[in-house]
Amino acid sequence: MTSQDQALPDLLSGPKALIVRDALLALKRPGDVLNPLFFFAMVAALFPLAVGPSEEQLQLIGPGVLWVAALLAMLLSLNSLFLADYEDGSLEQMLVSPVPLPALALAKSAAHWLSSGLPLVLVTPVIAMTYQISLSVTGILMLTLLLGTISLSLLGSVGAALTVGLHRGTALLSLLILPLAMPVLIFGARTVSLVAAGDGVAGGLYFLGAYVFLMLSVAPFATATALRISNE
Amino acid sequence: MWKFVHKLASPPHFYHIAANLISWFAMPGLLLIGYGTYAGLFVAPPDYQQGDAFRIIYVHVPAAYLSMMAYMAMAISAGIGLIWRIKLAHAVAAAVAPLGAWFTFLALATGSIWGRPMWGTWWEWGDPRLTSELVLLFLYFGYMALRNAIDSTSKADRASAVLALVGAVNVPIIHFSVEWWSSLHQGPTLVRQGGPAMDTAMLYPLLAMILGFTFIFGALLLRRVRAEVLYRERRKRWVRDLILSGKGKR
Amino acid sequence: MGPYGFYVWSCFALTAIVLVICEWRARIRHRHVYRDIEVRVKALGDTE
Repeated sequence: MTSQDQALPDLLSGPKALIVRDALLALKRPGDVLNPLFFFAMVAALFPLAVGPSEEQLQLIGPGVLWVAALLAMLLSLNSLFLADYEDGSLEQMLVSPVPLPALALAKSAAHWLSSGLPLVLVTPVIAMTYQISLSVTGILMLTLLLGTISLSLLGSVGAALTVGLHRGTALLSLLILPLAMPVLIFGARTVSLVAAGDGVAGGLYFLGAYVFLMLSVAPFATATALRISNE
Repeated sequence: MWKFVHKLASPPHFYHIAANLISWFAMPGLLLIGYGTYAGLFVAPPDYQQGDAFRIIYVHVPAAYLSMMAYMAMAISAGIGLIWRIKLAHAVAAAVAPLGAWFTFLALATGSIWGRPMWGTWWEWGDPRLTSELVLLFLYFGYMALRNAIDSTSKADRASAVLALVGAVNVPIIHFSVEWWSSLHQGPTLVRQGGPAMDTAMLYPLLAMILGFTFIFGALLLRRVRAEVLYRERRKRWVRDLILSGKGKR
Repeated sequence: MGPYGFYVWSCFALTAIVLVICEWRARIRHRHVYRDIEVRVKALGDTE
């Protein structure tokens, strides 16, 4: 066994422990997971109340509404991504740990996605049902949300790292992240609308997949740099 | 060459050189814009489809072009500042942002005024260029808001640099996604502006305007960077000496 | 300019206004920064 082989488990064990810790924390405080979900359901419920119960109209706006609601729910949970770690000092421990910071940043994004992105995807069918969206379209909607929320978790971690420790960070975070999230929203929502209209699905999904990989290669490093800057 | 660059990057030298450079940028800029405005408004023939309304492109196109160039310039100088820790680069990035936002606003406003007689509405979501200019404006706002939210200048410099770089990666993607989005939309048939077959009597004023706007942008930027440098170096000895000698006013 | 005169002229006028605002704000900023430093330097100069 070479020394490189021994270094490898170390590189993985730190991020793994971080994911497990964040998952346990989320289980202990279910409100952190549930509140964005309730928010998602509530925003989705506001639209029929505001625009009227016409079935045709709801089917038409359904995918877009669900996508916007999901985007906002993700933003809501992003604000606290590094907040607890910042307040109790574990963030500083991450900065000085021998594990490369981008790996830890990636782990934080993964934990965030597990506790907020994945649940959103899982409750989507229930809400899609109330919008009379057909089963096959719901499947595509879940698929686009699955890919889109991964990108949003990664992209959002950059914004969360930049605004951690700032007062009134929530509004600022939205201002930073929403314009950057526009491509994900456009491709996610339009792909579902296209499928609902009987069009092909491949183009949009390919884009969303490619965007996940772009964010995977950019976001952890940007987040790590931002965390170092925010924690001086 | 390197020596010159290095010298220019030192704040006191920049402060003095920029004072002279401003007029070297402003003069050709004003001349070109003067020629472009005259030729564009009175010499160029009216477009056979759009009539005289096409003349709006003489201000719209340079503004839109510079709004994007400014974002690239901001991201590049922010990156230089972040990687090589050059203070002047951060000052440039800080000074570009508001200018870029103004030019983006100008591109949006003139585009919207052009749209009124052409499309019959002030705003058309189906047009990809206007929509991506709008997103660009939000990007500038986000950048400036982050800068304002952080008290320490050096921290604000580096944090906003990260944002500018992530934004620069996204700008082409935003543009592409908005194009894709509007290509699916059955909007009004857009009257394409110009194209390669543009008459030279129409083209030359446009080129003059683009070049002139770039020069003027350079002059405005130099002026802003000068003020920014002076503010950032306010506790340095050279600024003290400059003020006591009373020479730095202009 | 025909029927489009209003739109064309308002675009050119708006552009001129924006350029003037940019120049004016840059000058104001420079003057403010300069004055602030001047006040501080002169005040310090008295005590030195």
